[in-house]
Amino acid sequence: MRAAWWPAAASVARLCGDLSLAEDCAQEACAAALAQWPRDGLPANPEGWAVAVARRRALDQLRREGARAGKERTAAREWAAAEPDRSAIAGDDQLALLFACCHPALDPASRVTLTLRVVCGLPAASIARLLLLAEPAVAQRIVRAKRKIRDAGIRLRVPGPDELPARLSSVLHAIYLTFTEGHSPHGTDAVARDDLCEESLRLARHLSRLLPDEPEVTGLLALILLTSARSAARADADGALVLLADQDRSRWDESRLAEGRALVETALARHRPGPYQLQAAIAACHGDAATAAGTDWRQIAALYSELLRFDPSPVIEANRAVAVAYAEGPAAGLAILDTLAASSRLARWPQLHVARGALLAQCGRREDAVTVYREALALEPAEAVRRHITSQIAALSAAGAPDKEN
Amino acid sequence: MKYIALLYGDPEMGPGPVPGTPEFMQMLSDYQAATEAMAGAGVLIDSSPLQPPQTATTVRVRDGETQLSDGPFAEIKEQLGGYYILDCADLDTALRYAAMIPAARYGSVEVRPVMVMGPH
Repeated sequence: MRAAWWPAAASVARLCGDLSLAEDCAQEACAAALAQWPRDGLPANPEGWAVAVARRRALDQLRREGARAGKERTAAREWAAAEPDRSAIAGDDQLALLFACCHPALDPASRVTLTLRVVCGLPAASIARLLLLAEPAVAQRIVRAKRKIRDAGIRLRVPGPDELPARLSSVLHAIYLTFTEGHSPHGTDAVARDDLCEESLRLARHLSRLLPDEPEVTGLLALILLTSARSAARADADGALVLLADQDRSRWDESRLAEGRALVETALARHRPGPYQLQAAIAACHGDAATAAGTDWRQIAALYSELLRFDPSPVIEANRAVAVAYAEGPAAGLAILDTLAASSRLARWPQLHVARGALLAQCGRREDAVTVYREALALEPAEAVRRHITSQIAALSAAGAPDKEN
Repeated sequence: MKYIALLYGDPEMGPGPVPGTPEFMQMLSDYQAATEAMAGAGVLIDSSPLQPPQTATTVRVRDGETQLSDGPFAEIKEQLGGYYILDCADLDTALRYAAMIPAARYGSVEVRPVMVMGPH
């Protein structure tokens, strides 16, 4: 039934240009389904059924308001209908709704919130729980974003081919943010929030059905599949983060890995590489390795170099450094990380120092490693990371041998 | 829908091209091209550059008394230098035209919908 929400809301939004009404009607359609389907059996076309119910509710509502001189809404409806979208993509209404919710004129946090509410149909209370925000803050964000869409004249439409790449990246980013917030949540002890990850997977899957020829859409879906495939192995029995190298690979989800791998290959075969495809390709390299030692680090380092061309960020450079350390030895990676620590705003990023600490330890410089790990602790990392650092410091201190031994 | 595009300078980026230089002439012709594109598409209602902020006078009426003061109402870093009023189908269209205005390169252009006052 969750699958019917997006089409139902989209159809009403397109009909009347009113996101709040779209939400209400999609909600009513889902409530009606909940009441009728268990009794009468699943309709032959559940989506079509929900769309029809939602549209009927919307028209009833508009008629009632029309009688009360609902001029503003009539105007909105005429405006929305003024220029019917001639794009031939299937699921046009659904894409139009998603593109409006992820419009670059809205701030990124609002795009995520609005998408979870209007496209996924999650209640504000659930979104608040997922994003670790207070419910009134979420509700206000949704109201503000909807108001901006209405008052600033953001039209519910699928962008034309000339704008599609730029606008699509905003949509993909909102789905990616939803996923990363699930994969590495802020402000909680949990290593991951699987429900949020699954929501982003649902969105990416649906989007790739709507835009099957966009390699970055396929790439994002692959990335989410390949990364979430490892989620069962990412936390130990106490809920502490388990690093990739230490994970029990038998706990990885083989069916997700296989699906993700196949999608990466399909996407890359189109010869229009992009950041999501490259990140997915990196995740696939990890997925292919039966053991941590068997990882193709040279390939991963090369993929990170490629990724830097699209997104020259210090975080990606740090990741490349780790890959280089595995491929060419810890000193080579450490040299890149030290440059980053000295020059970039990344110096305040705890993970950078965690990576430096690990490489220093591998170089046999235990005291330096402990110093760097302490620097990372001083930057108040997330709880799971903090526990990891503490255990590393304890292990290094227990090993206890002085540096000079080398 | 009607939109106003407010053109702001950015002090961090410097004053922009200096009059008399080829860059300045290029900027003028870019302004002209943008304005002509908007007029040609039938979306341009009005546009003008403004005299510098030092020429501004601020008016306040307090307790029925008119008070005048020299200069803009607030010392803000980004100075308003001109405006365009556009009538566009939607925000995306307005933003596309706004991006053609040279001020978007040298400073910033704020695009705001003009409020429609309904008949009462």
